[in-house]
Amino acid sequence: MSRSLLSVDNLTVKFKTDEGMVTAVDAVSFELKQGEILGLVGESGSGKSVTAKSLMLLNAGNTTYGGDSKIVLHNEDRDIDVLSAKEQRDMMAIRGGAISMIFQEPMASFAPAITIGDQMVEQLLLHGSMNKREARELSIDMLNRVGISDAKARFNQYAFELSGGMRQRAMIAMALSTQPKLLIADEPTTALDVTIQAQVLDLMKDLIAEFGMAVLLITHDLGVIAQTADRVAVMYLGKIVETGSVRQIIRAPKHPYTKGLLKALPDLDDLGAPLTPVAGDIPSPLERPAGCVFHTRCPEIIAGRCNTIIPEITDLGDGHSVSCLAAEPSMVTSA
Amino acid sequence: MTGEPLISVHDLSVHFPIGGAGFGQKRFVHAVDRVSIDIAPGTFFGLVGESGSGKTTLGRALLKAVPLTSGHVQYTENGIDFDLRDISKADLKEYRKRCQLIFQDPYAALSPRMTVRDIIAEPLEVMKITSSREETDERVREIAAMCRINIEHLRRFPHAFSGGQRQRISIARALVCKPRFLVADECVAALDVSIQADILNLLNSLQKDLGLTFLFISHDLSVVAHTCDHVAVMYLGQIVESAPTKKLFANTRHPYTKTLLSAIPHLDPDAEKTAIKLEGEIPSPINPPPGCKFHTRCPYARDRCKVESPEWREFDEDHFAACHFSEELSL
Repeated sequence: MSRSLLSVDNLTVKFKTDEGMVTAVDAVSFELKQGEILGLVGESGSGKSVTAKSLMLLNAGNTTYGGDSKIVLHNEDRDIDVLSAKEQRDMMAIRGGAISMIFQEPMASFAPAITIGDQMVEQLLLHGSMNKREARELSIDMLNRVGISDAKARFNQYAFELSGGMRQRAMIAMALSTQPKLLIADEPTTALDVTIQAQVLDLMKDLIAEFGMAVLLITHDLGVIAQTADRVAVMYLGKIVETGSVRQIIRAPKHPYTKGLLKALPDLDDLGAPLTPVAGDIPSPLERPAGCVFHTRCPEIIAGRCNTIIPEITDLGDGHSVSCLAAEPSMVTSA
Repeated sequence: MTGEPLISVHDLSVHFPIGGAGFGQKRFVHAVDRVSIDIAPGTFFGLVGESGSGKTTLGRALLKAVPLTSGHVQYTENGIDFDLRDISKADLKEYRKRCQLIFQDPYAALSPRMTVRDIIAEPLEVMKITSSREETDERVREIAAMCRINIEHLRRFPHAFSGGQRQRISIARALVCKPRFLVADECVAALDVSIQADILNLLNSLQKDLGLTFLFISHDLSVVAHTCDHVAVMYLGQIVESAPTKKLFANTRHPYTKTLLSAIPHLDPDAEKTAIKLEGEIPSPINPPPGCKFHTRCPYARDRCKVESPEWREFDEDHFAACHFSEELSL
């Protein structure tokens, strides 16, 4: 059993807006082990990105974290309490040192007026103990590694001169050059075409295996998760509704929402099968449903219970857990 | 194909000039290059391809929303006939009552200052289809019901609605003037999967109930496979393969179609990985490669592909592809 790298405990994130407090993440807990790829799936507005940004304290100024929320990064020499990190060296560790992030839109993430090379060198100088020449060599080497042809020339180019797939590769090269312990990849292939997506995912898998880092992979695409992740957490309206290994989630989903997501996906092996949408629309984050957050759209709703009682997390064994009243032991035995 | 096609595209090219007026040769983006397709009435015709392949430009060309460089687009229905190449202004107005576009992004497509009722009614007023406000309101309510929009919501503004609801409003607006032909350009790409299925089902039932013909443009082959009767695959301005959906999947004829299919991440984590990995990226449409345009990335390319452009051949009834060596490849 490998060591735990990151523990997120009871994370609650709220935003103060003109319309009132919006709960983006609600009592989320998960654990990430070294070398593990955890997929975080959910639709837009489910709180995946906010969860990820909390790990690097990147949420906007109107954010409040819950009083008993805790994020602990088990760094080599000592543990860092992320949410109360103040010291310079702790901030350096969670932002780019031990944790690196790949964003969805690489064009928006690179500074447009600084060359790719200068941006790569700058972060290496900040985080490492190398001199400028070494940093330059390592950067060019990393660009080579991610399959960018003519890396020396690319090093001196600007982000707009590269194609979308190339930019995302450069982004990966940059994120990995500091050798982080944890890589957060927020929809890394969503803006890319399928053929390029296949290339980038392969590259990421190879590099992850080689560097042995842990990855938090955020995506709305269950296919990407199935092909990449070890474990999956499914989010809905700020809550993790189900966690398990990829095979458990894809083959034997227990939460009605996970089942609904899987049924809504077009299956290439069965072209005639009808598509079944999840009924209804995602409620506004300002009007979070009482009880189970999914009860307004749930086909398996238990009247009088799901709309009042907040479900506990039920452990189904083998690392599979679900947050649904129908799966709670008292319900299973009485049924 | 049985019967007369609703839309017949013959040798259509759309080239956009780039750069200022300087000396020397003028350069062009070959967005659509010598495309020929027939769209039968009452079908869901899918058009897939990567970004930059020219899908959107082709869709716009069928609506005459871009100037056609050469070739013909013919619309035929019940003895009415439009040749889009040299269509008169009066005819174009008539044509646009029959053809509509559904946009990709339902957040950008709806004016935030208009109520849902006004958004849906606008085409009727602009095209002077209805003569009184009562008639307009009745038509709006009728189409809203068909698109499963709550009648109560007609007085609200778009900001109150989710992505799926907004897309239903844009569909209602496109359908309100009773068009026969619709171009749906990536109309589910901005939606979440659970909503995507709902919109696809809605489009399907509308198509059946109203006998519509769709050009369904998407980058997502699995969505196209589920929705369309016929699929055309586009690469760098050209259609490389076109066939009824089942034939296309069962008996793929072009290596590019095969790579697109195998690049889709499979839902089964233990699925056998037979993917043909494509090297590199789509070349620039300003200087498209000579010969077969796919040869720079094709794993099966040979010398002939670099010089000779492959012929558009019929392999099976209604199944066309452009590849020199299709018979020899085991795809």
